[in-house]
Amino acid sequence: MEALRKRLHRWPRSTRVLWRRLALFMAVVGPGFITSNVDNDAGGISTYSIAGAKYGYALLWSLIPMTIALYVTEEMCARLGVVTGKGLSDLIREEFGFRPTFFVMVTGFLVDLGNVVAEFAGVAAAMQIFHISKYVAVPIAAIMVWILVMRGTARQVEKIFLVACLFYVAYIVSAVLAKPDWLLAAKSVVIPSFEFNAPYLLMLTALIGTTIAPWQFFYLQAGFVEKRVGPRQYPQARADVLVGSISCMAIVFFIMVCTAATLFAAGHHDIPDAAAAAEALRPMAGRWASLLFAFGLLNASLFAASILPLSTAHVICEGLGFEAGIDHKFRDAPIFYWLYTILIVVGAGLILLPGAPLFKILVFSQVANGIWLPIVLIFIVLLSSRKDLMGKLANSTTFSVIAWVTSVLMIILTAVLIYAAIFPTKLGGIPGI
Amino acid sequence: MLHATELLGAATYDVHGNFVGRVRELFIEPADQSNRVARYLLGRGKYQPLVARYDQLAFVVPGSIKLNVGEKALEEYHANEGWLAVQKDLLDQQIIDTAGRKVVRVNDLDLAEHHVNDCVELRVSQADVGVTGAVGRLLQGLASPALIRRIQDRLPSRMIRWEFVNLIEPDPLRRIKLRVSHQKLAHLHPADLADILEALSSEERQSIIDSLDEQSAAETLAELDSRLRQQIVEKLDPEKAADIIEEMAPDQAADLLAGLSPETSKELLEEMPHHEASDVRALMKFDQNTAGGMMNTQFMLVGETATREEVIDWIRANESDLEQLDAVFLTDLDAKFTGIVPTGRLLLASAGQTMISLKSDPLLHLPPDANEKEVFELFDKYNLRVLGVVDESGVPIGAITVDDVVTRLAAKV
Repeated sequence: MEALRKRLHRWPRSTRVLWRRLALFMAVVGPGFITSNVDNDAGGISTYSIAGAKYGYALLWSLIPMTIALYVTEEMCARLGVVTGKGLSDLIREEFGFRPTFFVMVTGFLVDLGNVVAEFAGVAAAMQIFHISKYVAVPIAAIMVWILVMRGTARQVEKIFLVACLFYVAYIVSAVLAKPDWLLAAKSVVIPSFEFNAPYLLMLTALIGTTIAPWQFFYLQAGFVEKRVGPRQYPQARADVLVGSISCMAIVFFIMVCTAATLFAAGHHDIPDAAAAAEALRPMAGRWASLLFAFGLLNASLFAASILPLSTAHVICEGLGFEAGIDHKFRDAPIFYWLYTILIVVGAGLILLPGAPLFKILVFSQVANGIWLPIVLIFIVLLSSRKDLMGKLANSTTFSVIAWVTSVLMIILTAVLIYAAIFPTKLGGIPGI
Repeated sequence: MLHATELLGAATYDVHGNFVGRVRELFIEPADQSNRVARYLLGRGKYQPLVARYDQLAFVVPGSIKLNVGEKALEEYHANEGWLAVQKDLLDQQIIDTAGRKVVRVNDLDLAEHHVNDCVELRVSQADVGVTGAVGRLLQGLASPALIRRIQDRLPSRMIRWEFVNLIEPDPLRRIKLRVSHQKLAHLHPADLADILEALSSEERQSIIDSLDEQSAAETLAELDSRLRQQIVEKLDPEKAADIIEEMAPDQAADLLAGLSPETSKELLEEMPHHEASDVRALMKFDQNTAGGMMNTQFMLVGETATREEVIDWIRANESDLEQLDAVFLTDLDAKFTGIVPTGRLLLASAGQTMISLKSDPLLHLPPDANEKEVFELFDKYNLRVLGVVDESGVPIGAITVDDVVTRLAAKV
């Protein structure tokens, strides 16, 4: 520390100011960065790979509006957490009463159960590329997740998660190995191109739908509350959310570029999921690109499988007033531990069940996500607009308009997705599941 | 016994049997009586809502109220800050259970009926924070009250008696009007109170620390995690913050101030009395990870030739923290550190024994720049409860106690 201080004095003032700013930011960084990255989970990576394989660089322009939508919605939650010091489920309970909370929590449980199944399916698929049977991989993954949560402290877990965020670099490397046309890719990001046909629009909808998942709002807000980030650190919290949104979208960019440069270019347009994309990469971009792609999928799935059950159990117990948290003993917080266990055991167990209707479960989780999202979004916008709750940091009129427009657009898009999921023959099903 | 939720929405009839309206809210007037439902707000659709007073009720059953006056006798509704609204201020909100020492959320309230001169008064008897209340809230209006009660009877209940309920009201003006005091909280163990504070939002935390006396606030702050502690102190009025820090042990005060911004810590030190401030300043000079950074400057120091009686009289005369009094330190005539006498030995010593004959072997001490690892090793090897820190001329300048060590080690686990 002393040495550091001495070194600081040798630096010019502007550098010192920068250092101080960075230190302030690092104290707050985490929740936004982790949440946005965990957003690129198994389902997300599949959708992005498919989009790249099917449409090449053509859909890259959607990244900018997606970043904005992600930032706008997450920022509201960050602000709610920072100003009120309360979790999202707490706020819904206090401001809207018991019954709405109960409904949100029950739907949340079902939705997240579906999502957990999807994450373990991602683990199984990725390990298949490494020639490891799912009957070995999934139980080990489930036990690892369990131990991480039961044995780790919040700070250790956060560090592990931050490292997991770094592993997303795997996608950057495999994109480079794929030797894409960077100029064309960059152009495609800034110049939108449209096609007016059902499959294209559905792909676009799926991209946006997978980027904004309702559970992440709860997790993000809880993250800031638990880190005790106060209103004075709001600028840093906002920067964290912004950096998170951009880095999340950067990873999406590399995933799409990777499959676009290889699968799309080779005319290999229809792949079912991310694992198939990794498999198909081998002859085109080499063994390393393929393995890295699969490793990225494994990391993302494990990462989300660690966060989802814990955050879900936490949110439900908090909203309904049961004891929650890993620092309680089992007998003090039985409901918390039961929910957590059911989520992991059922989530991992379904994958191992021979002949389990996996596809139906994934469709169901997508539909449930779609039903849940508008409700949660509306609560978030209503809460963050309240002057009595938020004081000076309530949504301004301009921001309210942006928030409502974003939310309504999101709601319409997910309604389309639900329609496609329930009537797969009408629009050709949802890409990615 | 009635539940608050069974009354919300209850149809209300006047003495002539005419329908007046539905109950929208129940108000308690804590300034008058802490547990009585003093007012019933009756919503009447597009008409002006009316208010029934506690002595205007003739008869109450779940879902229905009969008044003992005509509609004309009821008052008009005017919002009153001094009224505690059951639905708005209590249901779904967090309260502190002072008996169970934790923060809980209210699902429902139990109201006991008291018959007073021909009218029925309802008094809050307990808060339902368990599954029974949750089920009641969920089914309210969907199933008949009788059915809900039958289901509730089969479920385990978790109730908190009203006298153990401590409300959390961040607005200080409203807190006075509602007669919310945190007196009960000051009686909790500081560690329990710290746990409670950690479960609350920052504004609520601030309001509780604000309302505690300096001594309790200091003890509670000492138990909080360092980040939270800094946040609270930074938001306090500097004068109050200085008063609280003054009450803390110098080593804790130094730790706290070291974590604040240099400007804030300088400001707070200037607010403190000169003597305490210089103690703390001296401690702040030491690196956090050395014996100097761990030690406390408040310890019992006596001459080695003193007798048991003299020492005990001296301890009695000096106000000291008896809970933490593990040992007394000895010095010779040159003020050099010569040993430690554990309080246990002092207790059993015979009258007239001098301190020098009671001291523990071997003579252990460390310089202030010794690494914290050396401290841990000494405590471990000799099973110490307290260790002296001496400067280069051999003068004792501080004491490290076993709880300082435990705190450091716990942070590393």
